[in-house]
Amino acid sequence: MAQPVIEARDLNLVFQTGDGPVQALKDVNLTIGQGDFVSFIGPSGCGKTTFLRCIAALEHPTSGVLKVNGMSPDEARRRRAYGYVFQAAGLYPWRTIAGNIRLPLEIMGFSRDEQEERVKNVLQLVDLDGFGKKFPWQLSGGMQQRASIARALAFDADILLMDEPFGALDEIVRDRLNEELLKLWARTGKTIGFVTHSIPEAVYLSTKIVVMSPRPGRISDVIESPLPRERPLEIRDSKEFIEIAHRVRDGLRAGHGDAM
Amino acid sequence: MRSILPVLTVIAAICGIWYLAAVRMNATWVYDQAAREGREVMLVDLVAETLTQERPVLPAPHQVVKGLWDGVAGQKITSKRSLVYHGWVTLSATLLGFAMGSVAGILLAVGIVYNRAMDLSVMPWAIASQTIPILAIAPMIIVVLNSLGVTGILPKAIISAYLSFFPVVVGMVKGLRSPDAMQLDLLRTYSATGAQTFGKLRLPSSMPYLFASLKVGVAASLVGTIVGELPTGAVAGLGSRLLSGSYYGQTVQIWAALFAAAAVAAGLVGLIGWIERATLKRMGMVR
Ligand SMILES: Nc1ncnc2c1ncn2[C@@H]1O[C@H](COP(=O)(O)OP(=O)(O)O)[C@@H](O)[C@H]1O
Ligand SMILES: [Mg+2]
Repeated sequence: MAQPVIEARDLNLVFQTGDGPVQALKDVNLTIGQGDFVSFIGPSGCGKTTFLRCIAALEHPTSGVLKVNGMSPDEARRRRAYGYVFQAAGLYPWRTIAGNIRLPLEIMGFSRDEQEERVKNVLQLVDLDGFGKKFPWQLSGGMQQRASIARALAFDADILLMDEPFGALDEIVRDRLNEELLKLWARTGKTIGFVTHSIPEAVYLSTKIVVMSPRPGRISDVIESPLPRERPLEIRDSKEFIEIAHRVRDGLRAGHGDAM
Repeated sequence: MRSILPVLTVIAAICGIWYLAAVRMNATWVYDQAAREGREVMLVDLVAETLTQERPVLPAPHQVVKGLWDGVAGQKITSKRSLVYHGWVTLSATLLGFAMGSVAGILLAVGIVYNRAMDLSVMPWAIASQTIPILAIAPMIIVVLNSLGVTGILPKAIISAYLSFFPVVVGMVKGLRSPDAMQLDLLRTYSATGAQTFGKLRLPSSMPYLFASLKVGVAASLVGTIVGELPTGAVAGLGSRLLSGSYYGQTVQIWAALFAAAAVAAGLVGLIGWIERATLKRMGMVR
């Protein structure tokens, strides 16, 4: 088997807070392969964001081993292993859309020509041709989030980490962006880590669904999706889809004791 | 056009109250004068005489306007009695002091944001510096600097800077700290250096805060300069006009100088507002 893109072994993370220690991650074991689309689903506070931030080296595990492309997360970040998409688009209001996408390229020292070239390409990839000269406030929420995805794609990281990227958008826009995200994934072959708390979204998008439960944050089930990679929206009415959704729901309920 | 009517109404109301107050406050002198001459004072005389005195307690608006007009247009601008001349003396010290204060304020703010020791130590001193009455220490600053051979525009500018650095520090610290955790994390995912984080995120984010505090700072600067002109028996500047006016009971001169100072302040604040709009527009932050 090829080298896993992300590998976590017995990962623990304890935050020291004013009210005492909080175990955000407990004994997390997970392997993510090249080209996987992995969703993390669970109630809030179960450590989804924390796990994603560990991969991005924004947070450091208290114990256990975490490898990204076979390296430590810090090393992987220096090698531009991933692009990160936050829940809010977080575009700089004083930069145009193109200027925002250029931000990581400027920081990473790409040449002027290369910057222009890449901005043009990713704008096309997220279907925002011709919006480069606009300022963020001139775009809808969905378009802003697409621009932030373009920004994460601009420097050719082969992992895309997304923390509830469509959480603030309405359902119709969300459906469209999900469809586009799948197309983008098929075209680019990236490995995607995607946090959500929508069951249909997780099932629709993923090749692997990681169900998590809180207090302490841990993985309660990992589901390999039998759905084909090619997924029209109508697949959500199929028998397989509904079966997986059931299993996810069961996993969530089990993780929550019988409180739900 | 529709906004001009309320403005005019307010101005008219203020003038009305002012005239009434002028009649009331200057009446004592008129009655004393009349008593000495043994004549009765009719209401018409009262109004006429209270509004045309040479050294009224409270000059009437038209007297102040005339004083201003004489000061600005009635003299050669090099004349010692020209408000343009005195205004320029004050303005130049204000601009120098404001520039020094703003640069000092910005540098201090950067230090406070990036250096923990400065964060803990500078702010209390900055606040303490502003609680000392400027009137109390201005003479000391001037005397000390004079004895060191520093004279002319610089001592005034230093007092002016002393008043204007504070709002700039406060606003700039807030502005440099305004990016939220997510925006800072985004730059961390690019492994951005401290200098890149400063230049690409913190500095641009701080611009609206900077301009807001520059407007406060420039007005404080002007006050500082005028205060700096008072204790030295300065021969030039709006402050010296205030001082000599009060020596000789020239209330019209005092009020004319006050209005000239207010006009300079309004002009400076307006100028910064204009630069602010132009800058933020270029940055795409104005819709
Ligand atoms: N920086 C932090 N300091 C202290 N506690 C934190 C911090 N970040 C997250 N936590 C805690 O860790 C737990 C997991 O949080 P998080 O990963 O954000 O959950 P999720 O994204 O699944 O909603 C929560 O109990 C949260 O309060
Ligand atoms: Mg979260």
